[in-house]
Amino acid sequence: MSQTENKQGQVETTGHVWDGDLREYNNPLPRWWLWAFYVTIVFSVVYWILYPAWPYGDSYTKGINTVEYTVEGEDGEEKTVSEHWNTRALFTRDMQSSPSALAQEEWVGKVKDMSFEEIEQDPDTLQFAMSMGNYTFGDYCAACHGAGGQGKIGLFPNLADNAWLYGNSYETIVNKINNGIQGMMPAQNVAEDKIDDLATYVLSLSGEAEISGEAASRGKQAFASCAGCHGAEGKGNEAMGAPNLADAIWGVADVPGCGDDVACKVDEIKHVVNNGIQREMPAFGDRLTETQARMLAIYVRQMGGN
Amino acid sequence: MAHHDDPSYPAEPLYQAREPIHPKAIHGRFRRFKDIVLLVAYGVFFLLPWVRWERGVGPDQAVMFDIPSRRYYLFDLVIHPQDMFLLAGFLILAAWLLFFVTGLVGRAFCGYFCFQTLWTDVFMKVEALVQGDRNKRMRLEKQPWNGEKIAKKGLTVAIWTLIAFWTGFTFTAYWADAPQLFVSFFTLDAVSAAYITTGILTATTLIAAGFAREQVCIYMCPYARFQSVMFDKETLLVSYDAARGEGEAGRQPLKQGLMTLEERHAQGVGDCIDCKLCVQVCPTGIDIRDGLQLECISCGLCIDACDQIMTKRGWPTGLIRYASEQELETGEKPNLLKFRTIGYGVATVAATVLLLYGIFARAPADFSVQQVRQPLFTTLASGDIQNNYNVKINNKLQEPLEFDLAIDGLPEATLSVVGDFDSLEVPADGSRKYLVHVRAPRDAQVERREIQFVLTEENGRIEPLEHDASFVFR
Repeated sequence: MSQTENKQGQVETTGHVWDGDLREYNNPLPRWWLWAFYVTIVFSVVYWILYPAWPYGDSYTKGINTVEYTVEGEDGEEKTVSEHWNTRALFTRDMQSSPSALAQEEWVGKVKDMSFEEIEQDPDTLQFAMSMGNYTFGDYCAACHGAGGQGKIGLFPNLADNAWLYGNSYETIVNKINNGIQGMMPAQNVAEDKIDDLATYVLSLSGEAEISGEAASRGKQAFASCAGCHGAEGKGNEAMGAPNLADAIWGVADVPGCGDDVACKVDEIKHVVNNGIQREMPAFGDRLTETQARMLAIYVRQMGGN
Repeated sequence: MAHHDDPSYPAEPLYQAREPIHPKAIHGRFRRFKDIVLLVAYGVFFLLPWVRWERGVGPDQAVMFDIPSRRYYLFDLVIHPQDMFLLAGFLILAAWLLFFVTGLVGRAFCGYFCFQTLWTDVFMKVEALVQGDRNKRMRLEKQPWNGEKIAKKGLTVAIWTLIAFWTGFTFTAYWADAPQLFVSFFTLDAVSAAYITTGILTATTLIAAGFAREQVCIYMCPYARFQSVMFDKETLLVSYDAARGEGEAGRQPLKQGLMTLEERHAQGVGDCIDCKLCVQVCPTGIDIRDGLQLECISCGLCIDACDQIMTKRGWPTGLIRYASEQELETGEKPNLLKFRTIGYGVATVAATVLLLYGIFARAPADFSVQQVRQPLFTTLASGDIQNNYNVKINNKLQEPLEFDLAIDGLPEATLSVVGDFDSLEVPADGSRKYLVHVRAPRDAQVERREIQFVLTEENGRIEPLEHDASFVFR
């Protein structure tokens, strides 16, 4: 800005003089600028009235603005709660009635009304169910089964492969999610002189070890007590959750971790035979809605494929 | 220590009230040019949201910025979120163009095209229509608040408010279906964002064009502040030819003995007759004869004013004209082919070409492949290895596409898509996400193989697309 000039043609100063000759030019701020400052003050006062603002003691001014949302009371009745404005209440309300929440509700309704086969044929619904299943999995399942369902050998089954202890029908998966699973193999009392052959025989079913001649027949004989659950050929039994011992998947004995060390593999098998297995998956039926369990089943079922 | 003994201590307080400016209406070539720009700009801005347009999917509005569905519709061009670099390109182009024009002809944008100038112009025209021209307006300003003043000022503000409101509403209509918004807006049925946007724009338009006016240019607009950086001695400016206007003895009004150019020149008096018309027509209230000033928006109205007077006197026009500083000092015309102008010009053309290329070379569809990382690979019952991939396909065309997905680089692998579909269908102007399992026999030799996903449109409507990925064995 050019300096404002007074009548004498000199540049106008504020009139303040320092050290006898230092003066300050007067370049006045426009008045509306001052008004804009007053407007911000008015704005802040309005803000204090509407929103939580001033702390006092162990509390604070709440403001007159409110947020309403519904909660389920102890008697199961839905009732509306009104709170002073705060972001937690806002979040709760948005999760109930925002456009996104309503859109999600609509999709959940679709999943609810469709059979599993219909969902598989509809890319959009399948995408939604997989995506919701993914989040539900993260909330409830990932703590044990891992974020990608990879599980942990000896403890939690791998859900990302294509082997299913209890079969892979959607109905079974929903049932297991809702009711939980008691995974139990009793400890076997196998004589010291037979157990090495038994273990080697079990490994041979999947080609992890070689066995022949006398040892093979001793092993096979000893396996007879296993065949009740695992089947004569070790192919397992989905009705009991007895795993297939003839495939490449190891859920309890860490055979893959031994590499080519057969003695190590045998030890792993012996350990399982001698000690049995006691695993439990809790029931999630009371924590999931029916549709949540179905979407979770779709996600888990498709995670590894058939 | 501060003293208040200085005679120059200001009588005015430290805050300066805005002095209303009442520019006189003027005719001339710059005024006509400004009117044409105004008409075109208003025509485009106010009518565009109402233009209908047929397209396969999406609204039937020619120009619509559809935030909820994340699409910008510009006639046949549909801009998706992933095309946002086009917006960056457009802004870069606008910046280069601005630099180019500013280097050449000064603040041409401010004076003729800036919306602040356009709306202020319209509001001033309303003022003139209701309250009369400059003299009448100044008289009205001084008048006490009687019936006439209240009526005239009130009517002015009322008309301003209407224009401001329609401006705000029109802006809002770019973000929604205009006819639907019109109905829902006035039946109080529109979303709150529509009322808030319209309200804010009504208020800012009214304040900026009705009351703040040149204050916006002087105090709020950053462009006014950095304009001087882009000026040089050869930049064309609206300038007063001081040498001609002042002569040796300064400017003098017309009076006995100073009526003709010959008489004036004989006495060393300049051509400026100090009629002050150039000051009276200035929308920012400055005197162009003081030289280049921050407040000058380069609108050319003072040129019109001065030319009118000169023509009336029968003297040559151009006492105030577009001239560079150099030209005024030495009479040398500006060299248009200077390095900077060429540089900005080349940059502008390059940006335009790149932008157009970006628009026309946009892939009609694209897809991304993201490998599932947890677990990276899984051993299957058969001993084979499985890797999973999330494949997302975007279809930017206005027709549905059907794809087949295959992989290259791993001949023994099989690929299956989760779900029970014959082909990967992607709806028109939509996107879909698929989970894909790829299985290959265990390979003890390598840890990973580089592979390509190949997406082929079944009916050959678009070229096959490829995406690199890798397959992890262990």
